Amino acid sequence: MKGYLGLDVGSVTTKIVFMDEGGIIREAIYMRTQGRPIATVQKGLKELCSRLPAGVKVKGVGTTGSGRYLAGVIVGADTVKNEITAHAVASSLLVPGVQTILEIGGQDSKIIILRNGVVSDFAMNTVCAAGTGSFLDQQAARLNIPVEKFGEIALQSTSPVRIAGRCAVFAESDMIHKQQMGCSLPDILAGLCEALVRNYLSNVGKGKEILPPVVFQGGVAANLGMVRAFEKELGVPVQVPPYFDVMGAVGAALLAREAVARKGISRFKGFGLADLEFKTRSFECSGCTNQCEVVEIDENGAIIARWGDRCGRWSSAGREAKIS
Amino acid sequence: MRVTFPHMGNLHISLKAMFHYLGVEVVLPPPSSKRTLTIGVKYGPEFACMPLKLNLGNFIEACEMGADTIVMAGGCGPCRFGYYAQIEHAILKGLGYDMQLIVLEPPERHISELLVKIRRITGNRSWWRVIQAIRFGFQKARAVDEIEMAAFKIRPRELRAGSADEAYNRALELIDRASSMDELLANRKKAMEIMNGVAVDQNRRVLRVGIIGEIYTLLEPFANHALERQLGRLGAEVDRSIYLSEWVNDHLFLGLVKGLRSRKAACGAAFPYLRHFVGGHGQETVGSAVNYARAGYDGLVQVFPFTCMPEIVAESILPGVSGDFNIPVLTLIMDEHTGEAGLVTRLEAFVDLLERKKEFKEAFVQ
Repeated sequence: MKGYLGLDVGSVTTKIVFMDEGGIIREAIYMRTQGRPIATVQKGLKELCSRLPAGVKVKGVGTTGSGRYLAGVIVGADTVKNEITAHAVASSLLVPGVQTILEIGGQDSKIIILRNGVVSDFAMNTVCAAGTGSFLDQQAARLNIPVEKFGEIALQSTSPVRIAGRCAVFAESDMIHKQQMGCSLPDILAGLCEALVRNYLSNVGKGKEILPPVVFQGGVAANLGMVRAFEKELGVPVQVPPYFDVMGAVGAALLAREAVARKGISRFKGFGLADLEFKTRSFECSGCTNQCEVVEIDENGAIIARWGDRCGRWSSAGREAKIS
Repeated sequence: MRVTFPHMGNLHISLKAMFHYLGVEVVLPPPSSKRTLTIGVKYGPEFACMPLKLNLGNFIEACEMGADTIVMAGGCGPCRFGYYAQIEHAILKGLGYDMQLIVLEPPERHISELLVKIRRITGNRSWWRVIQAIRFGFQKARAVDEIEMAAFKIRPRELRAGSADEAYNRALELIDRASSMDELLANRKKAMEIMNGVAVDQNRRVLRVGIIGEIYTLLEPFANHALERQLGRLGAEVDRSIYLSEWVNDHLFLGLVKGLRSRKAACGAAFPYLRHFVGGHGQETVGSAVNYARAGYDGLVQVFPFTCMPEIVAESILPGVSGDFNIPVLTLIMDEHTGEAGLVTRLEAFVDLLERKKEFKEAFVQ
């Protein structure tokens, strides 16, 4: 079997998929990044390798997510792309004709508007991160319910309470207030979902034209309460595609397929990289007043990448062809 | 008297030249850095915008180096910048720095108001000398802007990564070093030769992006995370809606120098969307957006500091411009909490969007 690898290394979770040549997702791995992206990528690849049949050939690999550059040098990526492009590419494949993508991940939430299959507009949360996966996660932990159960419980609500959703801190205070007033847990959770949807639409969606088909993806799309709240607010059906939680990785794999088709060969280092030793070191450059924090990545004793400098003194030194 | 002033992009080259021409001693604060911002955040009010915090940091760093007089621009109208000089002065006083303050404000009636303030700095030197000094400073600003514009063109087309920035720094250095009008003329020529000497790929397809927004975050690369450089590396040729010399000409010379782009043109273009002054450069932002769209630019990036009221007004109007002219607009808001990774992601995605849109449009035309 031949195929492409896609890695989405996010702030909270890391996603890896293996897509065969026909564009079918064969394996998907979803794991917590736990603040150690390199170790997580290595562990994920090891796991993926054990799940795939022997003799599998990786024809290309792409990375995305906030850790895309780091993951890119670790695995030898053929393409390193931002998560907005990756999500749009994946969605257009899995949901043909999609016009609006609502995406809520751990740290960021975004809206992508597609017209005629091309991204025509997008927005990401600015300034604050209220209304993202991490906040739901934290509230679930506070209420001692597994985050996976969150949506299910919210769906039992008959009359959601109104929660102040402008900011995570206010939302939490208000939730506690409603809880002390004796409101039921399902009503509070459903109210929180509605508050987050309102917050998302006014802060991220801000006046954008939301046309169907609407796709909801990212980890939070697993939360049925959020799906219901979106449908109620938008008045259109909201689809959650299969692989909604690994869409970034799917997009990265698709982009890798495009990149390899253009240049012919892959730079993938092979699954053996799971056993390599990567070390990172950082220092403050004193070349000028910017005092950039430069990070270098060391693979088995050789420096394979440096970044963080504004002037390019370190990052461009000794780098070969630029990754697309 | 040891004069200091806040940093705003390459402003220091021009101001320093002016003061040196007059024989006034200048204490140049170190370029804005993380340290500057940290100091400013520590002593500045939290809800003030980033320019105040960076200015304050600049002043304290200059004070540590022995400056005793602050020269700063002022303003009027709804933007808070108008009283920043006073606030900063009060904060410095509270911290025990005894500084003299001279605020250069747009003259209300006559340019002589400005000249009187300059007199306070220059003492008994002749008016002729003062005017020559201003002219010298202004010529430096023109030269610096010219180099910047060249850098904008070269950056996305450079053959070797980083060569445009190297040339840019060398060229600026030449302008900075010139100590007389004649020397400036010669160095300006040399500087442009350096810029034109960078190996470029003339046939490379580049995107054209207009940068609009609030002046300080537009001009100060530390405040906007070197936005122009990032866009240049991603393959976009940028143009900025405000250059230093244009601002000086509009606000301090009241449009005395002819042949420069003026705010009047920008405000005129804003007309159907925003018909009156909203403070700061809100109206110019909207108008410049219209002008860039008409000139066939591929996209626009609006940048402003967190809580900047005039730009928030403009931001809420820009979707209308964007829809009418079919031009994507990306808004970036800067403050001391801005994470660079998030900024880079947004810029990359924006450039991707513009590229795909352009390809699509070209395919459609064919």
